[in-house]
Parts: sequence; structure tokens; C-alpha cells
Amino acid sequence: MLNFFGLIVVLSGLWLGLSGHYQPLIMWLGGLSVLLSAFLAVRLETLDRESAPFFGLPGILTYWVWLMIEIVKANWIVIKACLRAELDINPALVKVKTSCESDLARTTFANSITLTPGTVSVTLEGDKILVHALYEEEAQPEVFAEMDRRSKRAVDSRVTA
Amino acid sequence: MIGAAALALVVAIVLMLVRALSGPTLYDRVLAVNSIGTKIVLLLGVLGFLMDRPDFLDISLLYALINFVATVAVLKFFRYRSFQVPLRRRTGGRR
Amino acid sequence: MSATVSFLLDIKPVLGAFLCLAGAILAVVGTVGVLRFPDFYTRLHAASVTDTSALTLAILGMALMSPSWLVVFKLAAIWAFFFLTGPTSSHAVANAAHTAGLQPLIGAQARSGRGGRDHDGE
Repeated sequence: MLNFFGLIVVLSGLWLGLSGHYQPLIMWLGGLSVLLSAFLAVRLETLDRESAPFFGLPGILTYWVWLMIEIVKANWIVIKACLRAELDINPALVKVKTSCESDLARTTFANSITLTPGTVSVTLEGDKILVHALYEEEAQPEVFAEMDRRSKRAVDSRVTA
Repeated sequence: MIGAAALALVVAIVLMLVRALSGPTLYDRVLAVNSIGTKIVLLLGVLGFLMDRPDFLDISLLYALINFVATVAVLKFFRYRSFQVPLRRRTGGRR
Repeated sequence: MSATVSFLLDIKPVLGAFLCLAGAILAVVGTVGVLRFPDFYTRLHAASVTDTSALTLAILGMALMSPSWLVVFKLAAIWAFFFLTGPTSSHAVANAAHTAGLQPLIGAQARSGRGGRDHDGE
């Protein structure tokens, strides 16, 4: 129920931000469309604790900030690799084990790996992720350990609590 | 300077079109088309600012949504040769 | 004090246009990477430069140029949407290629300039 009202609040905020017209008639139509979307989400049964993560938003935001810094660092490496006259790439397939429990935390971890340029998660089976990396030396298990720990702390403790 | 940005984006799109046309595998083409979609979203926004009509951003938001769905739909079709397959995971998990 | 504020207001659109240009140039760099790299999986890495840094820089630049907060909100919506779906579609393409049996080039193999091995999925 809390998730349902959270969804309505988020959808209303999105509508108000995107519309820019605040006459009464338009507002009514907007409210109707928000209710229709929420009703469809309930009918699709996609509204559970993991698909509507309104809990612990601060933790997710701090994780996001840390991830942005990592993305900038990784971007620099890949840009240099793109522009170097001689290709010196050393691609490799690496298996990474995650300690995340819930689906949402695993998705966060795998998506973070994909989002940082230079590493892409290829398959995800159970708690093992197959990662393709542009440089083998950039993809040692200890590199991913911190990301794994942080995504577990940001998401997992809130989902299972 | 915004015009130069738009021009650079057009150059990037044309170069990516080369990869989309010549890509040796299907996945290279899908990747190139997806990437062209990202660049077109940026180009629409930049064009909106170039013509002083930031309303173009609505179109680029819509394009971003369609781009994602189209990529997943094309991949799904070439994997199962049909759209009528549920994408729910079959093995393991709690569902 | 007010001189500083007016200076910042003056330089804001210029800075925005400069960031837009930087983002567009990064998009070209990513595309050059996609054209140069030897096989599909390495091209994926080059394309993700466009998806992250070029997008972020260009959207930051547009936000600095924007006339109202409504436009900033729309830009933020586009940015957040791309950061949620971009890795999903990258992973979808990589996973589909892996499932279809496309083998990546490993290590020094990738530098010798041979193209990726063909597969029978097409």
C-alpha cells in the first residue's frame, strides 16, 4: 500500500514537471492519467518492494554519487584507448562473484558494471556474473569487491529488512 | 558553438551509420542503431536550443523511450523469432 | 558581490555551449572507437563512452543554457532514464550475442587486427 502511494506521488511529480500547463482541465486529465498508470501497474503485479524502491533513497543516492566518480575514471581509460594510434587493448572474460542477495541489488551491481565503460556484464546466473573487460588488468576481482560491497549496503539491507 | 556541437553529433551519427551498414554481425548493427538513437536524442536537444525552442526536449524524451523498447524488441525477435514469448526467467530464482 | 553574480550569469550560456561541444566531441571519440575496435564485445565498451560521459556533458551544458526550471527537469528526466536503461540495453545486446555463440577475442588476439569470428545465428 505504501508502494502504491509512493508510485502515485512519483508519477504526479513527473507529470507536473513535464507538463508545464496548470489549467484546471489539464490538471484533471493529468490526475486521471496518473491513476490509470498506477492501476495498470497494480494489474501487472509489478508493484512490490523491489520494483518500487522508495525506501532508503538516501543510500541509493550516495551510491549513485560514488558510481559517477568511478564512471568518470573508467571513461578516461576507454577514451585514451579509443584515440591511441596503436591498439593496446587486452580484452578478457572474468567471472565475478557477488554477495548481493536480492534481485534488485544484483541488478544494481550488474548494471553498475555495465555502466562503467571498459567492463560489460555478459551473463548473470545465480550469484556469478560473467564480465567482459577491455583491459584484463582493470578487471581483477578486488576491483569489483568494493562496488559489490557498496551496492549490497545501498540496496540489500533495505530490501530484505 | 552550439552549431559546432550539432555538427559534431551529425558527424558521429554518419560514422556510426558506417558501422551499422558494414557491421559483420547482427549485434554490431543493433549496437550501432542503439548508439545512433542516443546521439539523436542529444541532437534533438541541441537543435532545440539552437532554434530557441527547448520544447524539442519532449520529442527527445519520447525518442529515448522508443529507442530502448525498440532495441529490446529487436533482440527478442532475433532470439526467439517471435514476440509472443514471455520474457520471464525460467530457471532458478524465487518467482 | 553583485559583479560576481552578473559575471557568472554572463558566462553561464558560454560554459553551457562549451560543455555541449565537449559532449559532442566525446560522442565522435566513442564512434571512432566503435569503428576501430576489432570485435563486437570491445566495440560495446567504446559505445558506452557515448552512453555515459558524452550524454552527461551535453545534458549539463543544455541545463546551463536552459531558460526555465521546467527544461532542467526534462533534461534531468532524460538523463536519469538513460542511466537506468542504457546498461540494460547494453547487457541485452551482450547477452544475446553470448547466447548466440559469438566468441570474444581474448588478449593479444584482439591486437593482431583479425575480425571477430563469424557465427551461425544470422
